[in-house]
Amino acid sequence: MSLWLLLAVNSVTLGGLLFLLSAGFSLIFGLMRIPNLTHGSFFMLGAYLGASFLALGLNLWLAALASAAAMAVIGGGIERLLLRRLVGQELAQVLVTLGLSFMIADFCLMQWGGDPIPIDTPAGLRGALPILIITFPTYRLVIVIIAVVVAAALWVMLERTRLGAMIRAGVDDAPMARVTGIRVSRLFTIVFCLGAALAGFAGVIGGPILSVYPGLDADMLPLALIVVILGGTGSLLGALLGSFIIGFLYNFGQALFPELAYIILFLPMLLILLVRPQGLFGRHAP
Amino acid sequence: MTRWVALALALLALVTVPLWIVNGYYVNIVSQILIYAVLALGLNVLVGYAGLVSLGHAGLFGVACYAAAWLVAGGWGHLPAALLALGVIIATSAVFAVLSLRATGIGFLMITLAIGQILWGLAYRWIGLTGGDNGINVPSRPAPFGLSLALSRPFYFFVLIVFLAAVAAMAVFIRSPFGASLKGTRDQPRRMTALGYNVWLIRFLAFLFSGFWSGVAGLLFCYYNQFVSPNVLALSSSAEALLMVISGGTGTLLGPIAGATLVVIMKNVASAYIERWNFLLGAIFVAIVIFMPEGLVPGSVRLWRWSWSLLRRPRAGAALRVGGGRTG
Repeated sequence: MSLWLLLAVNSVTLGGLLFLLSAGFSLIFGLMRIPNLTHGSFFMLGAYLGASFLALGLNLWLAALASAAAMAVIGGGIERLLLRRLVGQELAQVLVTLGLSFMIADFCLMQWGGDPIPIDTPAGLRGALPILIITFPTYRLVIVIIAVVVAAALWVMLERTRLGAMIRAGVDDAPMARVTGIRVSRLFTIVFCLGAALAGFAGVIGGPILSVYPGLDADMLPLALIVVILGGTGSLLGALLGSFIIGFLYNFGQALFPELAYIILFLPMLLILLVRPQGLFGRHAP
Repeated sequence: MTRWVALALALLALVTVPLWIVNGYYVNIVSQILIYAVLALGLNVLVGYAGLVSLGHAGLFGVACYAAAWLVAGGWGHLPAALLALGVIIATSAVFAVLSLRATGIGFLMITLAIGQILWGLAYRWIGLTGGDNGINVPSRPAPFGLSLALSRPFYFFVLIVFLAAVAAMAVFIRSPFGASLKGTRDQPRRMTALGYNVWLIRFLAFLFSGFWSGVAGLLFCYYNQFVSPNVLALSSSAEALLMVISGGTGTLLGPIAGATLVVIMKNVASAYIERWNFLLGAIFVAIVIFMPEGLVPGSVRLWRWSWSLLRRPRAGAALRVGGGRTG
């Protein structure tokens, strides 16, 4: 397989993982109006928890679900106990999430040490499948499928259920949603739990590709941030499209211009912030 | 009157530091505190007086650091290198400001974060220019008027002079009409516009002023460490600088200095005993934002007045009245 196809396959896989990470980030940002700077930490902590569950003998999928559940509890706790105290003070909330990200990073280092922890690909998915002209590694294909399924499920949840309608109302105009009797503060907790769970889940299933290492949080958070700025906050379609754009930019940028890889990543974000602050599909500027 | 006495005492204490601190290591720590205090004072212009929270100031600090280190390592003299580095930092601040002042609030914070990360990525990856992870070594410290700064004590006095200049500049700045108009743009940007002030220009100039002092701190750090690596520009460095400003108290002259003292002491002295500096940093950050949002200096003043009033008039009402002052 040529280098280009390999890069394209990697880009699509990274795009899928990024979507799982940034869908929750985008909803939190859209609803609560804050970039949750602990989101990369949720991804890393979830991955570490998953590695521990794997060491206990669970298989990868069970470990991913268990880790997602644990992250939902942790995320909900953070929202209820800390962010709730600072209602209406967005800057203070951002700073709290920043402080928490340092604490989680150091906690992981303390708990799991500084060496990268590899996560094995599940036994049945180690091969590769021929699809048209390319051979797609099976596990990477599974990740993309999961991302698409989660995207569809989230879409149905947001567009076709009562909860989804309430979340959309909150994203569009939180004070007005309150007036109509929607308990927006409860939505905050739900969305925060959901986002943390998705991030933790992505961390575990991304493990076989990325492995788990200190600094994973700092690698993923900026990517999620760029995706959401690019796609627009609170927009699922924006997060999906942004994830794949950034997946491609990241992999091709690293391969073609390694010295300027970060500029290639951050330049589109900067351009969007300057020219179209609400993002490609967002309804309002951050 | 007590104010001037306190100021004179503080100045006396600072000048005599090398006399009563025997160990050169601790003199270096005080130098570090003063260097970071200059950075925090610079950042405070934006955070405290302009109401713009920047998460990219380590970028400006680092650019000055790298510019000076690169020039000196390339064989330039210290004086032209320092002057050129200051020119570079003003130009960088201007670009930084033009890009980030498109927004305020969270948007401003994110743009500065993005630019900070770009600068970090450049330092880390543009190996031809910056040496990547290996950083740049600075062969020597400058020797103004032939006085060597190689030892910790002479260097301390050099840093002290720059620090006092920074404090004086801030004091003048805050009391100037320009400082008043900057505070106006923080509190009532629309009214300021209606009054005919150019809010954007005021913020832009404040950003240049802030960037300049951050760059000066970067220069000092470059001479202090005689080594620059991408770590200087990392997000955690920006967060540390912000913590200094917020913990000390935004929008006060003394606050950033107290904050820098706290953070540097915790980082150097405490990390000799506790292994987990970043955990502590995060925990303090969270605690201060939640419990003492106005910062340590105003917060302690509030607690002091409150307990004083309790002593004089032990009634709950008095405590409530005095304690119900400004909250962040």
